[in-house]
Amino acid sequence: MYDDSAREDDAGLDVIERKLGMSRRNFLQFCTAMAATMGLPAGAEAAIAQAVATKERPSVIWLHFQECTGCTESLLRAEHPTIEKLILEVISLDYHESLFAAAGHQAEAARHAAMAKHKGKYLLVVEGAIPTKDGGIYCKIGGKTALELLKECAADAAAVVAIGSCASWGGMPSTKPNPTGSSGVAEVLGKPVVTIPGCPPNPYNFLSTVVHFLTFAKLPEVDHLGRPKFAYGRLVHENCERRAHYDAGRFAMEFGDDGHRKGYCLYKLGCKGPETYANCPSILFGDVGSGSWPVGTGHPCIGCTEKGIGFAKGIHELADVKTVVPPVSYPRIVEEQGKGADFASTATLVGIAGAAAGAGAVIARNLGKRDDPDQADE
Amino acid sequence: MSIQKPLSPAHRPAPLGGSLVTPVTVICALLSAIAVYILAKRFIFGLGAVTNINDGFPWGVWIAWDVVIGTALACGGYSMALLVYIMNKGRYHPLVRPALLASLFGYTLGGASVMFDLGRYWNFYHIFTPGLAHPDSVMFEVAVCISLYIMVMWVEFSPAFFDRFGWTGMKTLVERLMFAFIGLGVLLPSMHQSSLGSLLVVFGHQIHPLWQTPLLPLLFLLSAIAMGFAVVVFESTLATSGFRLKSETRLLAGIASVMNGLLAAYLVVRFGDLAVSGKLGLAFSSGFLSLMFWLEIAFFALPLLLLQGARRNRARCLFIGAVSMLLGGGLYRMDGFLVAYQTGAGWTYFPSLPELMVTIGLIAFEVLAYIVLVRVLPVLHPNKSEPAVAAAVAAE
Repeated sequence: MYDDSAREDDAGLDVIERKLGMSRRNFLQFCTAMAATMGLPAGAEAAIAQAVATKERPSVIWLHFQECTGCTESLLRAEHPTIEKLILEVISLDYHESLFAAAGHQAEAARHAAMAKHKGKYLLVVEGAIPTKDGGIYCKIGGKTALELLKECAADAAAVVAIGSCASWGGMPSTKPNPTGSSGVAEVLGKPVVTIPGCPPNPYNFLSTVVHFLTFAKLPEVDHLGRPKFAYGRLVHENCERRAHYDAGRFAMEFGDDGHRKGYCLYKLGCKGPETYANCPSILFGDVGSGSWPVGTGHPCIGCTEKGIGFAKGIHELADVKTVVPPVSYPRIVEEQGKGADFASTATLVGIAGAAAGAGAVIARNLGKRDDPDQADE
Repeated sequence: MSIQKPLSPAHRPAPLGGSLVTPVTVICALLSAIAVYILAKRFIFGLGAVTNINDGFPWGVWIAWDVVIGTALACGGYSMALLVYIMNKGRYHPLVRPALLASLFGYTLGGASVMFDLGRYWNFYHIFTPGLAHPDSVMFEVAVCISLYIMVMWVEFSPAFFDRFGWTGMKTLVERLMFAFIGLGVLLPSMHQSSLGSLLVVFGHQIHPLWQTPLLPLLFLLSAIAMGFAVVVFESTLATSGFRLKSETRLLAGIASVMNGLLAAYLVVRFGDLAVSGKLGLAFSSGFLSLMFWLEIAFFALPLLLLQGARRNRARCLFIGAVSMLLGGGLYRMDGFLVAYQTGAGWTYFPSLPELMVTIGLIAFEVLAYIVLVRVLPVLHPNKSEPAVAAAVAAE
């Protein structure tokens, strides 16, 4: 993108410097990071830069249901660029209850206006589970149940993205006995949607998905659970920085023990990394460098992105290892330098030597008897 | 055995016959069975399950005894071939076939023992595969020579089988080519018995200076040939007294004098080398290793002193001298390969009971097979009379 022909296209990027309040260099670094996070081919970062700089900002409607707002909180901590710049300048966030200055009927009016104006083109983001029991009466906004709101907004959306485990598959509110009948977006709508599970999910997984939508006018490739493959294609276990300890059989056996303090593998403390698909160990959290994710700080992965594991299995319960089951025995870490003589082998040696010496003496004595006639012959 | 003129019936080896089930054979069979059980365990669960060998002592009693000492004890065939065919002392010919039989076993089982000790035994063929083998290595020479020699010995011994089954055509064919195999049968052991000494030269400072010398190959070769003669004396004495055959004392006396010559040469080289390289003092200042050194020397010196003059004709002196020679040669190898070998601080080795039981089982199997084969194959000379020996000596 740095040859002469591409040079004039860069003109659009100058706008970014004003719009986002970030330097051109930083902006291109952001686009490259997005492309790399999604595992896109070379050249995609240029397309992303062009799209972000020049395309009309897509309208985004963001719904909150049964949740803790952790997903939004997490998103607010994104640093490159800061999320408030992004949601105000890159996308057009037309409805978001946590971030709105408006309230009440004014806010609802904005939602209706955006839905009408961008019919069939807006992006619907859902945060939180949807209660379905007793007609969905357990969560109401502006007099409408979560069920009604979701169906209404999803009808004319270009795409639906479920952010967080609650929206993805029910998450924490759906934990047994699930008194409100909490469900995920896909289940309620009866059709697959893109899910960004996690409690909270990594903000860059969400941002990358949105930017992909903006750049290519379609959502990224997803797996059978609707999760973008670029973020959820690998087990936590596969890229874990403590994996070498697992392979060598070095485990923390309880919190605070010697192995735990030495940073050994947390599998035996119930780490769900071996059965959880997420890119946490690869891209980390909070942009503060290495170790900034649960396992990095010494806590087992709880499997928050996986239905049936996060909030369902006990933290102490052993993971059901999906890839390499621990071997029966491990290569030794400390090499023994040899054992000395033990009683059994020494006794055997002495016994054999004694028997041989005795037999030799008897044979020699008998041979002596035989020698005498020989000598008589001579 | 083939280039000799046809032997008279009285002079021809014949099967001894008799029962194969005796207390000795039963005990030997039991000990062999124990070894087979332990080896099965070793091949299923690995070396660590039965042996005490470790990273500092990558070989133990299976190599030091079964292979290094075992093949030296099996030098009877080699030494006798050297004496009878190269030195052309035809009167010792009756001793060749029994010596060859013992050598055959010693070497075949020694070769098999290498397999027991190989951690990744399934890769054993690499050493015979061009491209995978390293022709520069001492181990390569030892492995190839020993393997070839085992095959050569089976060919050398095959007339005994052909006699037994009456395959005269095959026997004639093999005997016509026998000169080549006998030539190889002398060349190959000369090469690898000296190379077993070279193995230790390669170890450098890890071998105590009392044993480490560039002359190790020569010392190993001299002592191996001497042990070959000693083992012929030892086996012949045991066989003739055990099976109540006519004594071969007069032939053995001749062999003992050859052995003594080699022993004297060995001691001259050993002490000469220590004196020239200024290491004689170590023989007194090395603590436990000094003791082992002098024990070795005592075993080597005893036959020299004992088998002088008329005493050489006494079966008892011959037997004690031969045993002493075998102990000396065996201890020399055990010291070089294990006792005087130290790879670094902290490493120790002592054979485990299962390791010892395999070695004992292997010896028991050799004894068992020897007894069975001399009873069913023409190896020994059962009815040899004193005049026949006299005639053989006179013919020489």
